Amino acid sequence: MTKDTHYTGWGRALRAKGPVARPEKLRHLAELPPTPAFGMRRSYGDAPLNSGGAMVDMSGFDRFLAFDPETGCLTVEAGARIGDVATAFVPQGWIPAVMPGTGFATVGGCIAQDVHGKNHHHVGSFGAHVTEIVLLQNGVELTATPGTALFQATVGGLGQTGVILRATLRLKRCDGNLMLVTERRARNWEEHLAFLDASEASYTVGWIDATATGPAMGRGIVEEGEIGKGLVKERKRTAKVPLDAPHFALSSPVVRAFNQAYYHRVPAHGRTIARPMADFFFPLDKIHDWNRLYGRRGFHQFQCVVPLSSARALRAMMERISTSGLASPLAVLKRMGAGRAGYLSFPMEGYTLAIDFPNRAAARDLIRTLEIETAEAGGRLYFAKDALAEGARIRTMYPELNLWQEEVARADPTGAYQTDLVRRLNLRSA
Amino acid sequence: MQNWIVLGATSGMARPFLRRLAIDGARLMLAGRDMEELETLAKDCKLRGAAEVEVIAFNIRDTAAFPALIDKLAATQGVLNLACFVGTMPEQSAIDADPMLIDEVVTDNFTGPAKFLSLLAPVMEARGEGVIVGVGSVAGDRGRVGNYVYGAAKAGFATYLSGLRNRLGRKGVHVMTVKPGPVETRMTEGMKLPFMAKPEQVAEDIMGGIERRANVLYTARIWYFIMMVIRAIPEPIFKKMSI
Repeated sequence: MTKDTHYTGWGRALRAKGPVARPEKLRHLAELPPTPAFGMRRSYGDAPLNSGGAMVDMSGFDRFLAFDPETGCLTVEAGARIGDVATAFVPQGWIPAVMPGTGFATVGGCIAQDVHGKNHHHVGSFGAHVTEIVLLQNGVELTATPGTALFQATVGGLGQTGVILRATLRLKRCDGNLMLVTERRARNWEEHLAFLDASEASYTVGWIDATATGPAMGRGIVEEGEIGKGLVKERKRTAKVPLDAPHFALSSPVVRAFNQAYYHRVPAHGRTIARPMADFFFPLDKIHDWNRLYGRRGFHQFQCVVPLSSARALRAMMERISTSGLASPLAVLKRMGAGRAGYLSFPMEGYTLAIDFPNRAAARDLIRTLEIETAEAGGRLYFAKDALAEGARIRTMYPELNLWQEEVARADPTGAYQTDLVRRLNLRSA
Repeated sequence: MQNWIVLGATSGMARPFLRRLAIDGARLMLAGRDMEELETLAKDCKLRGAAEVEVIAFNIRDTAAFPALIDKLAATQGVLNLACFVGTMPEQSAIDADPMLIDEVVTDNFTGPAKFLSLLAPVMEARGEGVIVGVGSVAGDRGRVGNYVYGAAKAGFATYLSGLRNRLGRKGVHVMTVKPGPVETRMTEGMKLPFMAKPEQVAEDIMGGIERRANVLYTARIWYFIMMVIRAIPEPIFKKMSI
């Protein structure tokens, strides 16, 4: 095979070294032994890593294969970017039913992590809109359809049932090409949750100022979006972070000042504006390689979901984060619905909190504490983000783990598709 | 209507370029060896907005089949454009072990495309419009120890394109030479190379080059400056370097 490469997930805190194959044709892929796959490596931790073993880069398989304008069913190769699907089909009146926070995520990755979007409370997770998945399992192509154990083990299944080759997505009708976004200031934690609870918009998300303390703790901006029609200025050329930033770039005073400005950007009485779709769904994609802002050591994202009844526990966690002085400007609070499509899917009905931290010892300690508190609150951590959790703790958060394990044992008896994440958390053994 | 015939359409570098053309609603003819891959690619281009997509079995070593394709192209309605992404790059060590491989390298990277373009030239002259994009390589700018047979073939192609530009430019047909540095495709899989470009960036640069009628286009742009320096190194020094 090929020579060793150093590579990382999006967080760049965990690294791997090993051969990475970059096939462009199916027969190149078929020539390889069973090997785990990654797409655009937008998972933060070690889900797309395989130290010591090999990896297949599926981003070359990004072609659209078939579209039925009657049903909106689109078949694409696994490496197709979800943002590209939107770009091509929104003008035709169709949009992916679920889109994660980056348009660079591949369809294969969206399935393997069963990702969710800003509309999770209405439409459920990504897998709920997948009608067929074609897998390459130990050299054999096979099809998984909803309702089967193989499908449920593949959706959110971290690639352990084989390499996802292609999938059929049921797109949603969309009547418009831009977003009408209503932004409101939430002055504190209680108001923030109340806004999220009361929101009836199609798309809802809260940005949270993770540096605000005292009476302003938990303040933020709640964005509600509806697809609309009209003219809006196209997004400008994208920027790029050319170098690893120095460590002080996201130090506490800088973040505090940024958050202050970001909060006051929205008038106190709120506002409604039209925005290009990409700006609403993929706000950070404008800045290529923004993960380099965190410098060479990389960063971690902590994301948990806790049941509605544990709102108080989540408040205590937020309090801990706010007073730590470690958080970055990237912090998101969302209300989730119950929809999940796989045995290891992340969503549960409740509140989900996602916050980035520079990779430092103090931040790692804080994240470990938050993980314990998540477990105590009956919540769950997200495999797409996790880089630090303990296997024993995270396994208890996934009650259907044993069903997943049974199916995976059938699909991959030799463990050929294991990744660093699967080994670190010991997910495949009882 | 803009028509584009793309030789070597299944190459990793051609794909994002094809998509740009598809989004612009062009009529595409995809030429290559692997029919199955071409069919898949055709579906992709169609779904991304191409007005029409046709696949054509094409092998740069099969010159006997060239005239039939040239006749077909001559009959195309609308503006005819061509992009040639054909090329192969065996390891220099493989060529050192079996110098007979040089024939293939020169055929695939230079004489094959040159023969096809020379057959097409009168057709383009008669049409008096259109663009020809020939993909060479920065490897053609100087003979380096690690890659000099491939480099020699690409240098030959670049010189040929320069002459063709001189010839066709008088008749309103623009010829652009593209010199990519290393690009992340299967050709460079597992290689650690400086200033690697993504095929998407190369496609964007090519589109920009077409628009402003660039003659020679380095992509990524930094390679223009790098190669300027490398070309300027005196031979007595260069021969001792391994870059």
